[in-house]
Amino acid sequence: MQATHTAGHAGDHHHDDHAHYPSGWKRWVTTTNHKDIGSMYLWFSFVMFLVGGAMSLIIRAELFSPGLQYVSPEFYNQMLTLHALIMVFGAIMPAFVGFANWMIPMMIGASDMAFARMNNWSFWLLPPAAILLTVSIFVPGGAAGTGWTLYPPLSVQMGIGMDMTIFAVHILGMSSIMGSINIVTTILNLRTPGMTLMKMPLFCWTWLVTGFLLIASMPILAGAVTMLLTDRHFGTTFFNAAGGGDPVLFQHIFWFFGHPEVYIIALPAFGVVSHVIPAFSRKHLFGYTSMVYAIAAIGLISFFVWAHHMYVTGIPLTGQLYFMYATMLIAVPTGVKVFNWVTTMWRGSLTFETPMLFALGFLVLFTIGGLTGLVLAMTAVDIQLQDTYYVVAHFHYVMVAGALFSAYSGLYFWLPKWTGHMYNEGLGKLHFWLSIIFFNIAFFPQHFLGLAGMPRRIPDYSQQFADFNVVSSVGAFGFGLSQLLVLIVVFQAVKGGAKADSRPWDGAHGLEWTVPSPAPYHTFEDPPAFDAAEAHA
Amino acid sequence: MARYSNKNRYLNRLRLGKAGLLGLLGMLSGAANAAWQLNLQEPVTATARRVYDLHTLLTVVIVVIFVGVFAVVTYSLIFHRKSRGHKPADFHDNTTVELAWTIVPALILIAIAFPATSALVNMRDTSQPDLTIKVTGYQWKWGYEYLTGDAAGVKYMSVLATPRDQIENKAPKGEHYLLEVDRPLVVPVGKKVRILTTATDVIHNWSVPAFAVKTDAVPGFLRDTWFRADKEGTYRGQCSELCGKDHGFMPVVVEVVSDEKYAAWVAEQKQQMASAADDPNKVWKLDELLARGEKVYAANCASCHQANGQGLPPVFPALDGSKIVKGPKEGHLDIVINGKPGTAMAAFGAQLSDTDIAAVVAYERNAWTNKLGEVIQPAEVKARRGK
Repeated sequence: MQATHTAGHAGDHHHDDHAHYPSGWKRWVTTTNHKDIGSMYLWFSFVMFLVGGAMSLIIRAELFSPGLQYVSPEFYNQMLTLHALIMVFGAIMPAFVGFANWMIPMMIGASDMAFARMNNWSFWLLPPAAILLTVSIFVPGGAAGTGWTLYPPLSVQMGIGMDMTIFAVHILGMSSIMGSINIVTTILNLRTPGMTLMKMPLFCWTWLVTGFLLIASMPILAGAVTMLLTDRHFGTTFFNAAGGGDPVLFQHIFWFFGHPEVYIIALPAFGVVSHVIPAFSRKHLFGYTSMVYAIAAIGLISFFVWAHHMYVTGIPLTGQLYFMYATMLIAVPTGVKVFNWVTTMWRGSLTFETPMLFALGFLVLFTIGGLTGLVLAMTAVDIQLQDTYYVVAHFHYVMVAGALFSAYSGLYFWLPKWTGHMYNEGLGKLHFWLSIIFFNIAFFPQHFLGLAGMPRRIPDYSQQFADFNVVSSVGAFGFGLSQLLVLIVVFQAVKGGAKADSRPWDGAHGLEWTVPSPAPYHTFEDPPAFDAAEAHA
Repeated sequence: MARYSNKNRYLNRLRLGKAGLLGLLGMLSGAANAAWQLNLQEPVTATARRVYDLHTLLTVVIVVIFVGVFAVVTYSLIFHRKSRGHKPADFHDNTTVELAWTIVPALILIAIAFPATSALVNMRDTSQPDLTIKVTGYQWKWGYEYLTGDAAGVKYMSVLATPRDQIENKAPKGEHYLLEVDRPLVVPVGKKVRILTTATDVIHNWSVPAFAVKTDAVPGFLRDTWFRADKEGTYRGQCSELCGKDHGFMPVVVEVVSDEKYAAWVAEQKQQMASAADDPNKVWKLDELLARGEKVYAANCASCHQANGQGLPPVFPALDGSKIVKGPKEGHLDIVINGKPGTAMAAFGAQLSDTDIAAVVAYERNAWTNKLGEVIQPAEVKARRGK
């Protein structure tokens, strides 16, 4: 870590031009390079995104009209369970770990992640978990049909598919914990001299807080599913009243993990957007310090609001009141973030390349999701909306429009850095417009379905819900098919295209833009000089 | 809930333009009860009205915030773009502004917290009910038991009444498709009804949107909620917690009737209970048993084990040719009475009378290819209970 070379000479360092790694499949299995591992995370998450997406289309096909058409109710339940588990643990989380792997070392001027071998292991745990989850469809009794929340006693009734899900969750949890220890250590220890915590890029801040959330919450999920496993097979009765247990205990433990999980997904998304909006506004982020405080506040409060998922389970009135007030509190730091992004654009010099379009899409739709979250926070109103399509609409606005749009924003933003080529801007914009239009066709009507009282997780519904369900299904298929465009864009950029400069976006700042595009296999073998004026503050 | 017809639907489509605008603002009254409904169902309790108004207030607040924030964004998007030659300003960090956008939202939240709190406190006050009814969730039906009031002791199951043919698209769907039951819950108008919920197998949720009532039914525990309906009518809801295969097929139907009609209904129930009580010592003949057993089977067993006895293996095993069914009758009776823990096989001993169990077991042992020719008497069931 000695700065024997200045940044200007870093490119002369002879190691940079000689990447020593095995060729073919061995490169990918044995790699300890953060860029290789980042790419594998991103490809893995995209494959899982397609698998989970296909499942959601099975769901929307069945819901196209009243009556049972294509699948049995049991299979429908399995699809909605796997869709959620795969999207949360297989698609969104690995996507942002992929961004972290690629970008954090380059943003802080580190040569690689702190624990390079563990990094390899945290990635290679994912495919076995994904196989366990998807193959469970084919075992006797099928996959878990409990919803991703795995509530007992229903989950105790399930077949061996449930055990496979439990083991998959264990493995995914281990992978996440290792990944986040790695990221936290990298951020805390490998920053280039001069880059203090309050001068580091905001994406690193969001991941620092996310890393701690993961380290704190994943073991809790592991505990919950382990108790489920012993209830299923070893005669314990943690969740069985007949043996002195309580089914609702599981929900408390699950959501003590589950609510931070929401922010584990949302915070890195905030980080990406906090880079993209300043870059295309050609302005510094308005309030770096207040953004950092807001991130930390959201991370902390996320541990104290879990039972707002459980307003109808019979928790006492005082509990409902406390969780309502605590949940409302989260709106304050979230508002600070939105206002900061808005003020960053104010009097900027805006252009609308694909990364900016997706960041704006994120801003609009995430705000809608956040505001409906405020409605749901009110216990009395939530009792009408709990377990209806209003909730489904709400969390898809937060998860898809929030996390996925932000991931696309980051993908288009950094793709030139990764591939060395500019992507096809026309196709990128088409991808954005199709996505945002079809997304709203698919999910906005679900607010109305929920208000009218349509429960979620049902394969068939009464006739007054028919019209909006048709609209929603049409939107879902349009949205699903539009996502294939991104595959074309990425393949084109990998194969060729206009050469990208080291800083393809004139408003982008940070160390990652000082290295050539594509980024060489090894970057910053010596810590670069850090110009505090270039920092986000 | 669903006054649904094609004419109605057509009219609603015509109204959609106007309704969409109003509905977005949360202003639409509960009038649009059929297709394209944009708002909460029309409330019929004071509690539900408060929730309705609270939701309207919140919707207005969030729409105003959204419009305000994105008016600023839209202005930026139009006037601060590079293509118009706008040069970027370089300002950042302004303590006054940052304090304002922390404190103002906090004040708005505090203002909202007052009506939200009082609505909730009212919702949870289950004290001094006029009558109390215990609701038990089963996979996949509801059991109702009147605990206090004139109907105390009345007890029955409430099962989906929509024919299978409609669900499988072999027959046109009826007006109340999936929202109709054989025996609804009947309550008097204007009386405070306290509902105790519990379940026998997994967590269910008893929900009636028009009353703003939604409470989990947790096996082994009691929860409570209440409503006082101020309009006669039939109100429909659904199970609102994923409870397995037929979660979408266990509706809640509540009939709110006048005091006179309620009294008449209670008298009828009591009379039926008295006459329907089976003589436990009656000796049944095989054909009588089979006729009764077929009905019991259709109501309690067919959704998993299927009408043809083939089940849905491996989760729901076939009964046709099953080892247990064709084995000694004691084993067969035991599994029906006690259920199988860790599976969806419920302990029907708690749900069915000795006669019904005798009938259904006899039916299973003689139906399909299981032609055992055995007769089972209620006394034999009674003898197996508790073993």
